[in-house]
Amino acid sequence: MSTPTQENPLTLKALTHKPVHLTGGHRMCSGCGAPTIVRQVLMAIDEPVVIANATGCLEVSTCLFPYTAWQVPWMHSAFENAAATASGIETMYRSLRKQGKLKKEMKFIAFGGDGGTYDIGFQALSGAMERGHQLLYICYDNGAYMNTGIQRSSATPFGADTTTQPVGSKIQGKTQRRKDLTRIMAAHNVAYAAQASPHNWKDLMTKVRKALATNGPAYMGVVSPCNRGWRSQTNDSILLSRLAVETCYWPLYEVQDGKWTINYDPKDRKKPITEWLKPQGRFKHLFAPGNEALLARFQELVDQDWESLKKLQEMSKS
Amino acid sequence: MKQMNWNELPHAGSILKAGNANEYKTGSWRSLKPRWIEENCIQCLFCWIYCPDSAVSVKDEKMTGFDYDHCKGCGVCAMECPGKKGNKAIVMEEEGK
Ligand SMILES: Cc1ncc(C[n+]2csc(CCOP(=O)(O)OP(=O)(O)O)c2C)c(N)n1
Ligand code: SF4
Ligand code: SF4
Ligand code: SF4
Ligand SMILES: [Mg+2]
Repeated sequence: MSTPTQENPLTLKALTHKPVHLTGGHRMCSGCGAPTIVRQVLMAIDEPVVIANATGCLEVSTCLFPYTAWQVPWMHSAFENAAATASGIETMYRSLRKQGKLKKEMKFIAFGGDGGTYDIGFQALSGAMERGHQLLYICYDNGAYMNTGIQRSSATPFGADTTTQPVGSKIQGKTQRRKDLTRIMAAHNVAYAAQASPHNWKDLMTKVRKALATNGPAYMGVVSPCNRGWRSQTNDSILLSRLAVETCYWPLYEVQDGKWTINYDPKDRKKPITEWLKPQGRFKHLFAPGNEALLARFQELVDQDWESLKKLQEMSKS
Repeated sequence: MKQMNWNELPHAGSILKAGNANEYKTGSWRSLKPRWIEENCIQCLFCWIYCPDSAVSVKDEKMTGFDYDHCKGCGVCAMECPGKKGNKAIVMEEEGK
């Protein structure tokens, strides 16, 4: 049974004593947001942990045979089935525990990109959550299939330029709004669902601990800046993850026992979405003359989602 | 790393040496190099928690410099460094200068 054994304080000083579970020498692009997320996740955990990883930038670039950057047991099987792989590992663990062959308490995490989570791995994820495995699925969401060259996914934001919905004379990037997977996971009535961002390491790590302390399946979506696909700079991953939250494009919130809690509400300091869009070349065309309506539409979509999230929080109070 | 023969490869593509990517040096990717200015450092450790390449060195709960074997020169640490009184404790400089 799960116990919240993680009682080490979440201060950076204390965390420096933790072993480095993701080493340097991996081949993620310079300034990629994903390894920062993984480092924070692994540092939050005190128990032994086993990782399943879907195909994608993180998997490909942290494990180039015969090298691995992972200092914890880690398994890759395919693109679409990280959740199924983690389910199998967790089931074997429960069986070994029942047989008395394993005494240690262990944790199980699956990492997938947005393509591997929102799209091709969606069925495996939904199944794992519904069966109630004691695992945490974490999607590092960079909003496209980055590893194969910036193809659109159902997580790609409205208006973004991708290689499969490129900006041309007729179409100005993605014409659809993005799928809201965190809410879909909450609708699975999982033990814990949350959104996090690496700029707020404390919130992210607190959520990992909460997720692993529950007695059931948990899901976290983490915004993961990708300077290659977002057409931004190598030094702005943390800045852009912060702006994603401050503009309410990527609200920090959690859903537990039917209760929705917003962890950061900018109130009257909510920034206009243009502050997040402007530094990203994938949205450059939205600022061209004639595309004012698309920019307004983007803001409208953000506002709609933010207002409905606040209602969910309000309705689930008491 | 020495190339293995087919009959020396571990079963099922396993890598038995956890974290051996550390032997692979990514420092040569750098075109910009972070320089630490200790007198401006307030030891907030933001550089360390945000570095994607585990390339900020810490000892006794303090930032002590960079692991240039692995630092790719992204500049995230310099961007997030608050420094002291508006003076950054990390600056990015052109590599080789
Ligand atoms: C079944 C299958 N289809 C396609 C691929 C090729 N492929 C490898 S990685 C990838 C994109 C992954 O995108 P995402 O999950 O968003 O992760 P990211 O690379 O963006 O981090 C694709 C299409 C594959 N490996 N397996
Ligand atoms: S393409 Fe993007 S997500 Fe992939 S390693 Fe590079 S920066 Fe990271
Ligand atoms: S420049 Fe980038 S890789 Fe190098 S220490 Fe700073 S954050 Fe890490
Ligand atoms: S971010 Fe800057 S001030 Fe903070 S520990 Fe690093 S070098 Fe020092
Ligand atoms: Mg992706």
